[in-house]
Amino acid sequence: MGKLLLKRMLLVIPNLIGVIIVTFLLTRALPGDPAAYFAGPAAGKEAIEQIRIKLGLDKPLIVQFGRYVADLAHGNLGNSLSTGQPVLTELKNRLPASAELTLFGLILSILIAVPLGILAAVKQGSWIDHICRVVATAGVSLPVFFTGLLLVYVFYFKLGWSPAPLGRLDAFATAPPQVSGFYLIDSLLARNPETFRASLSQLLLPGFTLGIFSLAPITRMTRASMLAVLASDFVRTARASGLNDRTVIITYAFRNAMLPVVTTLGMVFSFLLGANVLVEKVFAWPGIGSYAVEALITSDFAPVQGFVLTMAILYVVLNLIIDILYGVIDPRVRLEG
Amino acid sequence: MSESDSIFRHARYVVAENPVTGMAFGLFILIALCALIGPYIVPYDPLASDTTATLHAPSWHHWFGTDQLGRDIFSRVIAATRLDFVIAITSVVLVFAMGGLAGISAGFFLGWTDRIVGRISDTIMAFPLFVLAMGIVAALGNTVTNIVIATAIINFPLYVRVARAEANVRREAGFVQAARLSGNGEFRILLAHILPNIMPIMMVQISLTMGYAILNAAGLSFIGLGVRPPTPEWGIMVAEGAANIISGEWWIALFPGAALMLAVFTFNLLGDGLRDLVDPQRRT
Repeated sequence: MGKLLLKRMLLVIPNLIGVIIVTFLLTRALPGDPAAYFAGPAAGKEAIEQIRIKLGLDKPLIVQFGRYVADLAHGNLGNSLSTGQPVLTELKNRLPASAELTLFGLILSILIAVPLGILAAVKQGSWIDHICRVVATAGVSLPVFFTGLLLVYVFYFKLGWSPAPLGRLDAFATAPPQVSGFYLIDSLLARNPETFRASLSQLLLPGFTLGIFSLAPITRMTRASMLAVLASDFVRTARASGLNDRTVIITYAFRNAMLPVVTTLGMVFSFLLGANVLVEKVFAWPGIGSYAVEALITSDFAPVQGFVLTMAILYVVLNLIIDILYGVIDPRVRLEG
Repeated sequence: MSESDSIFRHARYVVAENPVTGMAFGLFILIALCALIGPYIVPYDPLASDTTATLHAPSWHHWFGTDQLGRDIFSRVIAATRLDFVIAITSVVLVFAMGGLAGISAGFFLGWTDRIVGRISDTIMAFPLFVLAMGIVAALGNTVTNIVIATAIINFPLYVRVARAEANVRREAGFVQAARLSGNGEFRILLAHILPNIMPIMMVQISLTMGYAILNAAGLSFIGLGVRPPTPEWGIMVAEGAANIISGEWWIALFPGAALMLAVFTFNLLGDGLRDLVDPQRRT
């Protein structure tokens, strides 16, 4: 197992190198002269030249790349032009908000999609199967920002069940003392049920928006792999041995059917992390996505680059975790390692 | 029976068997018509504001209501079709040219070509795709052209994968060996013999990614990239209506959002239908 882990970790390295090269190229592909951009509009020719030397832009590209990597190694992602704050600090402060939202959405989605997919496969051709198909087709056609707005209209404006879509807590509540950065967990740790309820009610709508979005691929995959497993020999044998449906479906079929579903989680995360940006904008969620969007609008590039890099590294790490999880669930992978 | 006759009969069979495909085709024609002649037939100028008629709910005069500047939303939704359609088509054509060619070269030549193309694909896939698109537009500049380029780049790996697999299967096929024996060069075989053979499968891929391309472009313009107001475009119109949702003016965001959804839905269904048409296993 340890050897396999190491091997898989080594495979991450070329991906990380690719990611760093691409983000570096993106910083250097800025339209116009970056030195003139960083010097500001009032700067004269001499000032621009000074900035160019200070930023190392007069050096060859490969030297600039070395500097970029060295900066990264020191955790230096540059400063935001509009707030003057280091990008890394801001990203670090805002990451828990995004992570809480994304994970909450994913968990909601799994809780709905997996049973739905299993039922659709077990009762193939029934109404539940048809619902499953509709969900899978509609889910990929729905723009996530549009679903979010519809939910806000129905649950906030019409029914009044949900608080205003303005961030993680309403203006009168105070955030729980920070332990994990996840408000749900922190408020529980602080034994503060009121804050827990408040943050949960803020989280529900954006969470469901993300959940609906990732419902389609997970449902479809669960159904397909459940169907394949149910048709296999060992399930037939289990049935022939007189085991009841429950045992056959849950103990025999479900465990084996989950393997392909875990692999699709990688793709689901790619969608989720992107959709997260849009959902954060709709719900004024103070995460890294809305930070990047604000920076984009004011043409503040350092935060955007930092955001893209953070997301990419996060995604690479998530894929690694999924692969490791796969090895934990499936003993065959361990044997091959 | 001639070749085109049999294709037509098969198409009719597929449509008859799956009425949804027929419906999708009808919707596609409607969207294409809106894109072609939409701006000429709309009742109001999509850019003209009318301060006497701001935030009107849908009515007989304004089918989809008016926005905060009194612009007619129906006219804007119809007029926006062209821009969204053009963004999606150009990005898909671009990625077809780049990804398709890279993919068939990789699958046909293998070796170094394959390794380089594979590495580029893997690197793109290492990013969450929408985030990469944001980064590309931010770096190249905030224009519609760059939205098209970014959308093409994030779809690149998908096209490479399909084209590579299809070309690889045909590498040593009889017709390729025959072409080689008759003295055709490798590049000629690739472009004149293999490419036309995988065209149908690539067409399905195009149709399937069109919906994704539209969604992606609308998402980028929703966060304020590319298209600038007052240009009518579905994503930006939803963004403009977002602020009014909490005060109850639902129509500003709903209709452009619904149009977007319908377009994506149409392309997805059409893609599935085309796959039925092309997939040899379903041919009878």
